[in-house]
Amino acid sequence: MLVTERERLRDDIQAMADRMGRKRDALIPILQEVQTKHQQISDYAMQVVADLLDIHPVEVYSVVSFYSFLDNKPKGRFVVRLCRTISCDMAGKEAVARQLMNDLGVCFGESTKDGKFTLDWANCIGMCDQGPALLVNEQVHTKVTPEGVHEILEACRKTFGVYAQEKKEERA
Amino acid sequence: MTAKITFATIEAGAGLKAALGKGRADIIGELSASGIKGRGGAGFPVGVKWNLCAAARGESKYVVCNADEGEPGTFKDRVILMEHADLVFEGMTIGGYATGAREGIVYLRGEYAYMRAHLEAVLAKRREKKLLGKNAAGKQGFEFDIRIQMGSGAYVCGEETALIESLEGHRGEPRNRPPFPVDTGYMGRPTVVNNVETLAWVACIMAKGAGWFKSVGTEKSTGLKLFSVSGDCKNPGVYEFPMGITISKLMQEVGGEGAKAVQVGGASGHCVPAADFGRTIAFEDISTGGSIIVFGKGRDMLAVARNFLDFFVEESCGQCTPCREGNHKLLEGVTMLAEGRCSMAYLKELMSLGETMQLASKCGLGQSSSNAFLSIVKNFKDEIMGRATQGSLTHRRQGADHG
Ligand SMILES: Cc1cc2nc3c(=O)[nH]c(=O)nc-3n(C[C@H](O)[C@H](O)[C@H](O)COP(=O)(O)O)c2cc1C
Ligand code: SF4
Ligand code: FES
Repeated sequence: MLVTERERLRDDIQAMADRMGRKRDALIPILQEVQTKHQQISDYAMQVVADLLDIHPVEVYSVVSFYSFLDNKPKGRFVVRLCRTISCDMAGKEAVARQLMNDLGVCFGESTKDGKFTLDWANCIGMCDQGPALLVNEQVHTKVTPEGVHEILEACRKTFGVYAQEKKEERA
Repeated sequence: MTAKITFATIEAGAGLKAALGKGRADIIGELSASGIKGRGGAGFPVGVKWNLCAAARGESKYVVCNADEGEPGTFKDRVILMEHADLVFEGMTIGGYATGAREGIVYLRGEYAYMRAHLEAVLAKRREKKLLGKNAAGKQGFEFDIRIQMGSGAYVCGEETALIESLEGHRGEPRNRPPFPVDTGYMGRPTVVNNVETLAWVACIMAKGAGWFKSVGTEKSTGLKLFSVSGDCKNPGVYEFPMGITISKLMQEVGGEGAKAVQVGGASGHCVPAADFGRTIAFEDISTGGSIIVFGKGRDMLAVARNFLDFFVEESCGQCTPCREGNHKLLEGVTMLAEGRCSMAYLKELMSLGETMQLASKCGLGQSSSNAFLSIVKNFKDEIMGRATQGSLTHRRQGADHG
């Protein structure tokens, strides 16, 4: 990581800690925000958080490794989580799963090479009456068909276009 | 479907207003008289819990709303939070007044992050209307506010002591009980933890009275209950039924006639075969947090058991051995059954392992994760034993006492 990148990450985490409080019960909310903003909680980020909250980095790691929505490894900008629990399973999640693998070219637990997508499983996401259900980041999709997978992924890809544009404008 | 839910007919604010007109003891007395038991699954009497917390010493106390809703097949809390959040917050506020807590925390599961903006907006409105904050709802000297904290994708955090650990910034590992949260809860302070639905009913009971609530249900399981119905039925969704409804009546209502079995209570609940559909859903018979999963004629019950065990292997916190190792062993057993190489003797061993897990596990997860496996083995032996695998069996090692 470039020194400037590190500095930016540290400043960012520092601002979060100032906002949420430098105490143990702020640990998970801080880690959640780091995860959302940076798609990962790197070793360096864990060290910074530990320093700020005055706890051992191993404590931070033990928390990160416990929760399935927190991750030490980089995730894609879009994390697609397909529900694999019983009602969605009966509603046809297997075909949706295969189509997701085909369209993204990765298996479950993997990310695309361009770092845009991560494909993962979820356990019951509370949409059992409208399965198969999946989450794309925070957004929920229900009654997903194998055919519909393409549309969902395309919608994500389109936001990349917009996102790219915004970035350019910011710089200009 | 949701239009049928009673919550919609209760005037927002009525429950809180009625409660603040009473003394603390009277509120708790009313809840006890209503007979309401927790709607999150365990069915602990609400009046008793609140009374313990109210009586506990502590300069600060907390009311926690358990919105972790992770039990497979449960989604009623999602509907309540999206459509009747005011009632839930009202219930929490009443809890604050009755127990002496000043802070309420909603523990919202990470999967429901998309609801957060809506819930924050409802809270902001309540603050604007002075229903929260200093002298809340016009009651001099009563201060109460509510904040939301997110979960991060761990089913076990629905267990109340794991939830508290998570709120405090730790791994969601259940604690030994006692001490119970009502005296040593969040930050070591007296804490009431209640399910989303429970809190909404509290507001309704305050508005309409204990007699109204008690007028339906059974003697030991009073009132109405929301059910999340999914699986092989014509009309899945959220329903409201009186406690004590028979499974066959419920199947008629949701278009699930002809089902071969129903899973009552989610992955940690029981699998009830069609022959037992005359049984009732109530704390004294088959208890549930509201999850009803319907299995139609063609379903493979062994695949169902495998799906549930996969879930528990993944979600066990790993703290205690019976649960951490036991679920693995049961899953292995399901694989053997699926491949047609499990002896009767070994199956019996697995069943006794399942019973040991129920007794020896530290928290409700390990105590109930073998329920589904045990009830499926018990009721569907013919279907799951002596299976032939696709292709040849001859090159496969067979169990010694193949039966
Ligand atoms: C593994 C496990 C998961 C649980 N998940 C939930 C949950 O998601 N929501 C809930 O309200 N209760 C859940 N419970 C029950 C809680 O521990 C607790 O009994 C409940 O929140 C109390 O509220 P109530 O009395 O209003 O039902 C769970 C229990 C266990 C053992
Ligand atoms: S029973 Fe399972 S989930 Fe509960 S404490 Fe033991 S290992 Fe953890
Ligand atoms: S089973 Fe998939 S959302 Fe509940």
